[in-house]
Amino acid sequence: MTPVVAPSPLLEVRDLRLSYRGREVLHGISFEVAEREILAVIGPAQSGKTSLLRCLNRTVEMIPGAAVSGSIRFRGEEILRTRRVHELRRRIGMVAPLPVGLPMSVYDNVAFAPRCAGVYDRAALDAIVERCLRQAALWDEVRDRLDLPGTRLSGGQQQRLTIARALSHEPDILCLDEFSIAIDPVTTMRIEEVLRKLRSTMTIILVTNLNQQARRLADRTMFLWKGDIVETGETTAMFESPRDPRTADFLSGRVG
Amino acid sequence: MSGGTASPQPFAPTAGLLARRRRERLARGVFLAMTVLMILPLAGILGYLVVRAWPSLSWSFLVEAPARGMREGGIWPALVGTIDLVVISLAVAAPIGVLAAIYLNEYARDNWVHRVVNLAVITLAGVPSIVHALFGLGAFVYAARLGYSILSASLTLALMTLPVIIASTREALASVPRSFREACWNVGATRWQTIRAVVLPNSIGGILTGIILQVSRAAGETAPIMFTGAVFYKAVRGGTLLPYRLDEQCMALSMHLYTLATQVPNVRPSIPYATAVVLLAVVLLVNAAAITLRLRVRTRPKW
Amino acid sequence: MGLLIRLCGISAILFVMGILLFIVREAAPVVVSGRVSLVQFLTRPEWFPTSEVHRRYGALAMIAGTFSVTGLAMLMAVPFGLGAALYLSEFCPPRPKEVLKIVMELLAAIPSVVWGFIGLTVLSRIIVTLTGAPVGVNMLNGALVLALMSVPIIVSIAEDALKAVPDSYREAALALGATRWQVTWRVLLPAARHGLLAAVLLGVGRGVGETMAVLMTTGHAVQMPRSVLDSVRTLTANIAAELGEAPAGSDHYRVLFLTGVLLMVITLAINVTADLIVRGVKRS
Repeated sequence: MTPVVAPSPLLEVRDLRLSYRGREVLHGISFEVAEREILAVIGPAQSGKTSLLRCLNRTVEMIPGAAVSGSIRFRGEEILRTRRVHELRRRIGMVAPLPVGLPMSVYDNVAFAPRCAGVYDRAALDAIVERCLRQAALWDEVRDRLDLPGTRLSGGQQQRLTIARALSHEPDILCLDEFSIAIDPVTTMRIEEVLRKLRSTMTIILVTNLNQQARRLADRTMFLWKGDIVETGETTAMFESPRDPRTADFLSGRVG
Repeated sequence: MSGGTASPQPFAPTAGLLARRRRERLARGVFLAMTVLMILPLAGILGYLVVRAWPSLSWSFLVEAPARGMREGGIWPALVGTIDLVVISLAVAAPIGVLAAIYLNEYARDNWVHRVVNLAVITLAGVPSIVHALFGLGAFVYAARLGYSILSASLTLALMTLPVIIASTREALASVPRSFREACWNVGATRWQTIRAVVLPNSIGGILTGIILQVSRAAGETAPIMFTGAVFYKAVRGGTLLPYRLDEQCMALSMHLYTLATQVPNVRPSIPYATAVVLLAVVLLVNAAAITLRLRVRTRPKW
Repeated sequence: MGLLIRLCGISAILFVMGILLFIVREAAPVVVSGRVSLVQFLTRPEWFPTSEVHRRYGALAMIAGTFSVTGLAMLMAVPFGLGAALYLSEFCPPRPKEVLKIVMELLAAIPSVVWGFIGLTVLSRIIVTLTGAPVGVNMLNGALVLALMSVPIIVSIAEDALKAVPDSYREAALALGATRWQVTWRVLLPAARHGLLAAVLLGVGRGVGETMAVLMTTGHAVQMPRSVLDSVRTLTANIAAELGEAPAGSDHYRVLFLTGVLLMVITLAINVTADLIVRGVKRS
């Protein structure tokens, strides 16, 4: 196990506030994420988990009426004020809850992001596509059908395709937002295996609606409740002896 | 069902049920009759138009110029004029309209400006065509000093079709799921990269359908060009491909039909009918093309 | 590219707003200077725009003409339009339905000048034969043509409204043993009433704004209509008839623009109401 807080954190969130049209959904939260750890974010619906992820890659600004304040530093650079938003999103990969195969071929799905960044060399793209699909444990299923439209894959395959897309820039942080919500348990287990392997090369922030998933995967777990962090801690310790009564209630299924 | 519990046969129709069934058949019959009554007379009228037009319908009618004060001859100058007007107006309105729709749907923030713009687009889409004629006359013919010309008339038509193109394009863009856009933004694509790679390829069918429908609308409109650039008669040799300059007035099919029907005495009787049939054919063919395109887009396997 | 799109977007928007402002600006001087009073314009039926001694700009006869023709047209078009929409959405088998919808769409595409021509040549003869009226171009003719023109719009929008009623309503009612007619009458019509109202309103909007067809079929006399066989003139037809003769910048020219403003206000009110109703339906 890595130390609970690394000496210089990869990601440092300070007093992050977010409101939609004046309705505040994150009330000034602060936390840190270290290199090569898996941080699970748990909490009931509407507690601000997805909103938090949207702040990290700044897709929050695509939502009309959203206003963010506070500070998010990534390797020392201020995310909320950087002008290199698209570069930032390549460093912080994001996987949405519902699988999205873009309406283009499997190959183009994975090659899309590198092309957007200006990589057009066919051999380089081939290599990236194969690496990402292998990392996402999808390569063996689609290697002969790379020209199939991404929308024609099964739900579980599309979710792995989404992960492959997010990996195409070798991001430093991979964020997953309740990735297992629309896929079957077997595929979920396969993806969890993928995440365990990825952990050796990158940091993973895992928002999950399954407490047991957090317990299986995460080094540390953060419990978010109505826009506030109730408790953050080493996963096993938190699940076995939560400090806050609300955490205890949530983990035991009495709330949420 | 009333009395059903007492009956020995549980599903035997009761008197009430039979009456209800009769009423249902009656309703169905009445509604069918209304539908048919609406369509049959029209089919009759259109057939009548074709029959009356028959003596004049020929290839030479299309490619010859009118003769003897428009009482005889063909409709070539009007046909070419209509094509000129439609091509120029759509060449102006389609790119601006599509880009404006992309701006409104993909870039603009949701604030009061956005709402005012929406209101303006809705308003303008519903404004009567004669009001566009007023604007065309006042703004293009007089204020911009373009005079009575193809340019003035085309620009008037362009302004008339612009809001509708904006509206139909926005609808096509909005039919692309938001999750596709978010997936692209999540991997660092810019808005424009997202639009080009995902949004446009999946809405182009709807966008084109909207534009083609405006082609047929522009071809059929009379009021907006009447005071801005269309004339009753202009001497043009039949068969010439580009008879008009942009700063000249031109003839147009719709205007020609209006003129023949109301202003010219002693026309050979079949000529106005034939003009109407040609105009109808042009408009309906263009519409049929749009419908075919839409059906093809719809049957294509989607997400 | 993003910049170009922004530029185009904003310029298109300026155009769109420019039209509204321009029409008002062209009309304003004649009202501001007091040469034509708004009250007179709206309440007097005397329209003598070119008279040397007795010049009057009263649009009431034309307002009455517009609304009587449109109203009569709606009396004919609304029952048929709603009936056809009900048939299409509730009773018609899917194949013929597709065909009928395409036919409706093609009908909606017929240019108004062709409708006018049909009114002038076919309907007027039928009217003269059936009613014995001296001329066939009158309010009835205009209304018939308008009705035929607006039916496809009413059908397509009303059909959308009926389609928007969730199938679960139909299934719930059918499960209770209701016949399809009962479902239609007791469940669908109440549930879709806003959408149906919007359909009728848009039909009215098309009727008020129609120019060429009424210009060619209503006979064109400026008078307060008394019977359906009277010749009338509408606001739109009046602009079309006189714009060519009004010198730019003259009072007559500006009053025609004022008529345009009036038309815009009427159609704006109708369209915004319909739009609000449709939006309300979508939200709930």
